[in-house]
Amino acid sequence: MRIRPAGAHALLLDCTAPADIPEEALVEAWRAELWRRREHGDLSVVEIVPAARTVLLDGLPDPAATADLLSRWTPAVTAAATATATADGGHSGEVVVPVEFDGPDLPLVAEHWGVDVPAVLRRLTGTRFRVAFCGFAPGFPYLTGLPADLALPRLPTPRPRVPAGSVALAGPYAGIYPSASPGGWLLVGRTDLPLFDVDGDPPARLGPGTRVRMVAT
Amino acid sequence: MNRAAEIEVLRAGALTTVQDLGRPGWAHLGVPRSGALDPTALRLANRLVGNPEHAAGLEITLSGCTLRLTHAATVAITGAEVAVRAGDRPGDTGRPLTVPAGTVLHVGPARRGVRSWLAVAGGIDVPQVLGSRATDTLAGLGPPVLRDGDLLQLGVPRAEPAPVDVTVGPPPAPELRLSVRLGPRDDWFTPGALDLLFGTAYTVSPVSNRVGARLAGAALPRAVAGELPSEGIVLGAVQVPADGQPLIFLADHPTTGGYPVIGVVTDVTPLAQARPGTTVRFHGPQR
Repeated sequence: MRIRPAGAHALLLDCTAPADIPEEALVEAWRAELWRRREHGDLSVVEIVPAARTVLLDGLPDPAATADLLSRWTPAVTAAATATATADGGHSGEVVVPVEFDGPDLPLVAEHWGVDVPAVLRRLTGTRFRVAFCGFAPGFPYLTGLPADLALPRLPTPRPRVPAGSVALAGPYAGIYPSASPGGWLLVGRTDLPLFDVDGDPPARLGPGTRVRMVAT
Repeated sequence: MNRAAEIEVLRAGALTTVQDLGRPGWAHLGVPRSGALDPTALRLANRLVGNPEHAAGLEITLSGCTLRLTHAATVAITGAEVAVRAGDRPGDTGRPLTVPAGTVLHVGPARRGVRSWLAVAGGIDVPQVLGSRATDTLAGLGPPVLRDGDLLQLGVPRAEPAPVDVTVGPPPAPELRLSVRLGPRDDWFTPGALDLLFGTAYTVSPVSNRVGARLAGAALPRAVAGELPSEGIVLGAVQVPADGQPLIFLADHPTTGGYPVIGVVTDVTPLAQARPGTTVRFHGPQR
């Protein structure tokens, strides 16, 4: 773990470190730990933003003092802690996402993985996903859980319009488009589950830390 | 019962949006902070009309706009150097202006600078989205960009307008000097890139918007090849995409990004008035 400066009010916790713990587990452990610390009043911060290998702390009154605290805090990083849902203001438990697996890129995914389409579906419905982070658009979840060797390239040319609810794959992640937008991920299906509702509490159905399971409809 | 006061948008102009101080606290869900590009200017406009500083006003870009107020109201305009006219009566920026019901308010094109902020006593009362009335041009949250014929409801004025003659904002500088702190990914660049960043002039590119100010100038060479996995982005982050031309993130910036951030600009508010072609020089915070 390394603490990197990010301007006058922020720190970037870089979990890219030679350790026997996977980076994404370290990120999730820190996210949960920092969230808890903030809830308990040990940490004053406006934004805690997990990402692929980092957690950004933004809106810190005194980044140097926080950096000092971070060097003394040790989150509980265990496979079990990462696999179980963590309390983070409503994103707990497992969310079942009903998916109609009819995406136009299923054959392409099967080709990349060296299997047939039914095997792709078995893999996706058999994976226990977890929301590593959100980004790209409000409520867009980056779901981890697929083995690293199944990472996929993006389309060489992004589609100008990917419909809302599209379930897609890119790199090591699965994702679900909360609203229609351009996008270069490989489309495997779609869901009717609303992902982002500004009147919801929390507004994103799949926030960081949420466990996700896909079921075929 | 009287009908609520409204603003009728007669000419929306190039880009007029409702802005307040934004929606902090949701970045982990992919929701940008958004809000006025120069929050200090919006706060001042609000104070001049007796509003709380976080009240929603209008951010008016470059070509001005024309509005009609259905009820008598106090307004104030801050920011770019523009001509203001209430009916036939000339007004001033930086001064509360009380206009009778039915008055057509003209905010002229920016003679210097880019953006103006207009506050109306009572504030613009569009529905809040995640605690803010700001239009986020990237995430598509908040009210849509204003169009000719729109009607905007106003809130009830709470306090008396400020008793001031006129406030004077700083004129837009012909050359911007921006203080930048290195990191978090300055180590992804060659030492020569840092020399270029601090030693050469950049110009603001015409493709700049509320998401970011794109700069043109010496390309910043990378020391580390390959892609950076997505990471959280702060306001003022100087991101360097593959072409090496830096981009400074403004209010509607995405919450995460996949290009390395060489440094973070301490104060981005002068960029709100930077026209394309404006020279930008970077210096370290120690100088």
